[in-house]
Amino acid sequence: MNKRSLVSALRWSCAGFAVFLGGCNLDVLSPKGDIGIQEKSLILIATGLMLVVVIPVIAMTLIFAWRYRASNTKATYAPKWSHSTGIEVVVWTIPCIIIAILATLTWRTTHSLDPYKPLESQAKPITIQAVSMDWKWVFIYPDYGVASVNELAFPANVPVNFEITSDSVMNAFFIPQLGSQIYAMAGMETKLHLIANEPGNYAGLSSNYSGEGFSDMHFTAIATSEQGFENWINKAKASQLSLDGQTYHALTQPSEKVPVTYYTNVKPGLFNSIIAQYMGDMKMDKIGSEPAQASAIPSHIDQVKAPE
Amino acid sequence: MFGKLSLSAIPFHEPIIMGTLLMVSLGMAALLGWLTLTRKWGYLWSEWFTSVDHKRIGIMYVILAIVMLIRGFADAIMMRAQQAIASADAAGYLPPHHYDQIFTAHGVIMIFFVAMPFVVGLMNLVVPLQIGARDVAYPFLNSFSFWMTASGVVLVMLSMFVGDFAATGWLAYPPLSELKFSPTVGVDYYIWALQLSGLGTTLSGINFVVTILRMRTPGMKLMQMPVFTWTALVTNILIVAAFPVLTVALALLAADRYLDMHFFTNELGGNAMLYVNLIWIWGHPEVYILILPCFGVFSEVVATFSGKPLFGYKSMVYATMCIGVLSFLVWLHHFFTMGSGADVNAFFGITTMIISVPTGVKLFNWLFTMYRGRIRFTLPMMWTVAFMVTFTIGGMTGVLMAVPGADFVLHNSLFLIAHFHNVIIGGVLFGCFAAINYWFPKAFGFKLEERWGKASFWCWVVGFYMAFMPLYVLGLMGMTRRMNHYANPAWQPYLIVAAAGAGFIALGIGFMLLQFAVSIRNRAANRDLTGDPWGGRTLEWSTSSPAPFYNFAVLPEVEELDQFWADKEHKRAYKQHQRYADIHMPRNTGVGLIMAAFGTVLGFALVWHIWWLAIGGLVGMIGTYISRVYDTDVDYYVPGAEVEKIERARLVPLHKLIENVDPASAGQKVA
Repeated sequence: MNKRSLVSALRWSCAGFAVFLGGCNLDVLSPKGDIGIQEKSLILIATGLMLVVVIPVIAMTLIFAWRYRASNTKATYAPKWSHSTGIEVVVWTIPCIIIAILATLTWRTTHSLDPYKPLESQAKPITIQAVSMDWKWVFIYPDYGVASVNELAFPANVPVNFEITSDSVMNAFFIPQLGSQIYAMAGMETKLHLIANEPGNYAGLSSNYSGEGFSDMHFTAIATSEQGFENWINKAKASQLSLDGQTYHALTQPSEKVPVTYYTNVKPGLFNSIIAQYMGDMKMDKIGSEPAQASAIPSHIDQVKAPE
Repeated sequence: MFGKLSLSAIPFHEPIIMGTLLMVSLGMAALLGWLTLTRKWGYLWSEWFTSVDHKRIGIMYVILAIVMLIRGFADAIMMRAQQAIASADAAGYLPPHHYDQIFTAHGVIMIFFVAMPFVVGLMNLVVPLQIGARDVAYPFLNSFSFWMTASGVVLVMLSMFVGDFAATGWLAYPPLSELKFSPTVGVDYYIWALQLSGLGTTLSGINFVVTILRMRTPGMKLMQMPVFTWTALVTNILIVAAFPVLTVALALLAADRYLDMHFFTNELGGNAMLYVNLIWIWGHPEVYILILPCFGVFSEVVATFSGKPLFGYKSMVYATMCIGVLSFLVWLHHFFTMGSGADVNAFFGITTMIISVPTGVKLFNWLFTMYRGRIRFTLPMMWTVAFMVTFTIGGMTGVLMAVPGADFVLHNSLFLIAHFHNVIIGGVLFGCFAAINYWFPKAFGFKLEERWGKASFWCWVVGFYMAFMPLYVLGLMGMTRRMNHYANPAWQPYLIVAAAGAGFIALGIGFMLLQFAVSIRNRAANRDLTGDPWGGRTLEWSTSSPAPFYNFAVLPEVEELDQFWADKEHKRAYKQHQRYADIHMPRNTGVGLIMAAFGTVLGFALVWHIWWLAIGGLVGMIGTYISRVYDTDVDYYVPGAEVEKIERARLVPLHKLIENVDPASAGQKVA
């Protein structure tokens, strides 16, 4: 009775699981970029490999539990049997073989999918600097002198080199359909290399909890044509707002659900000076706040504020 | 005078919290009133609160764990309800500041104040009985450890009504947990609650390592210890090695917050990555601290109810030791996405998956213990089978996330949440439930009723799958953890199913409480007169149920594994001796409780910066301890005549009972 209901419960949960998977859009399993595609196939291969052991173990559990139930007196009962060198060798060897294969796969893919590794492509990569703040994302395009909040764009089929930091607590930069995520941490630069294989609007988010406004730290990643990207840059360049020290300082103040905003005239070296605030001579130089008095050596911040 | 504490610390404007406060206060008043009316205070004080008996301390740990399970689960169901309705950026009913505290409290409570007291309680109850000892090595220290854990509980519970709790996530990553980003007392409550209880846990770990190494009954070699004791030994070694790291990490965080230091801040060269490494160097062994004793429970249960010795005992022991060592070599897999190089990530990924080898061996060994057995599907065995299926799935998703390339898209997603609930509920909690049903007669002298226990079992199992399988899917859909609300309406149906699953688990908890109530009411019908209600194999079943306060009138002599089983087979069990020697026992003492009470005061005062009170708490703690040092009346002898009286009262009727019964299965048939 119990066994039967256990079996049927499992059958139902499997069926339910299949129904679940049928009707939904699994971002991670429908990648639109090279990295994501490789990670998807890695997930499927690794899962398949493990199912080689997992399915027999679950099946054996249920079969043994059913067959050797006390009421089944026809089953063999070996009340003293507790050792078999043969079985022991097998149960140590099989997991070892599976793990050896998986370890090889892991070593290989961890290197090929290293987020720091630049992507190989004919196209010239574009650099985007992403800064997490309380609670929004600022994207700086150093080659174009523009920046945006909570939206970024890049041409499809062109590798994107992300340089990532935080001007607040830890966050993580993640566009599920394109692949890997990486932490954003103050005073440090992390790197991520992604590419979109087709144009589209992809949901992006911070995947590391960062406080009250965290849930709204999502953004849209627009992968578009070369022309579309040029238009987007021009739209940003046409913005009334320039990202100088003062504006930047205002931006760093905690805020939630910040609408998409574009900035032009981004001060060169802004990204590095954001990182440098937390480093260097161990002195806090807040961008755009009161300039430090009697600073003998000109800091990055002074350069940022200097007129072009 | 009162530091940062003022009346405004009580959140009068939060109706949910005030409602809870009202209910908790009424409940407490009712309980205290009932205890006063029935004059139970003296009994509680002298028999329980001051007890140094490992069994009573173990029972108190488990009761604490069950009470906190209810609190932690209340948090869980509130989160599930919030996420079920907060779709398409709807606000839901919990504002972020409250919601963030709830998920932090849920994690902290479930790990530190549910899972830990469960396993420490079980080790307390069972280990001395399994190794034929009369108590742990340091009974007073044991009492102190328990009350320090309770002290942490008091602080966490207090934070709900006075001030607030951390809103940082259960590991309080800086810089978020630094003063600049978390200026309220929440993180301070977190720090001091964990420091107090962590001290208790460390001392408990030392106590059990010594107990297992030095207090085994004559003749019992290490390789003759029951597997549960083996897992307890490895777990306690892990505690001793890992918990000091937690203490240090939290102390440095406290230094940042209290002394304006910069170990983990963004400023002045501080670096949060140090904290993340430290906390996981403790945190990963911690999950093995929780799961290993439960592996031990399953080993005992599966052997007993299959009516066979455990298959591959030596394999099991070596596998446990392998896991213990490896658990210190994998911590970085919790943050592959922090930007370590590919070599480092790959190293930690591979060490992690290597752990699945000894774990897999354990599963096979349980399987082959069932093979050619005569399996009785009692509740402990049902939990074990549910565990074997559930844990295998959880193990698989864990190994998947150990592959850095896969973790890059699964990290911090609900896939991760589903994974660790899959192993912690399916492994640790199922193990504790199996253990409660299995050892309950040894603790109280009567068995738990099966009917409500089975209802509870099915609700838990169905509820678990309903609550967490959708989370795997949501993780693959790109939903990340700790979201107060979300824009994507496609996630909502899955979150509603998960919330319904939590509802089933609520029923499971309710039925479990009902099972206890009904069993206590009908205890006369379920008495265990033999001391061996399941046909057990290990020493704890050789003594009476409930075990007498001295555990064993005469220390059992051990020559082989499963000594008690062999004794039953050779009709040597239940031997009545001609003479009983006096038994040396520790005397009860309230010092542990009083010290922990001062510790609570110290913690509370530190949270609120009430320095004079903090000094008072510290001086009180140390002073009480010094007074204990000068107390020479800490032990006594139970006269042999009294032991003989107790033993005769049990053994004479017992011998009549088992006269015509096959001794090997005497227990199960009589009971």
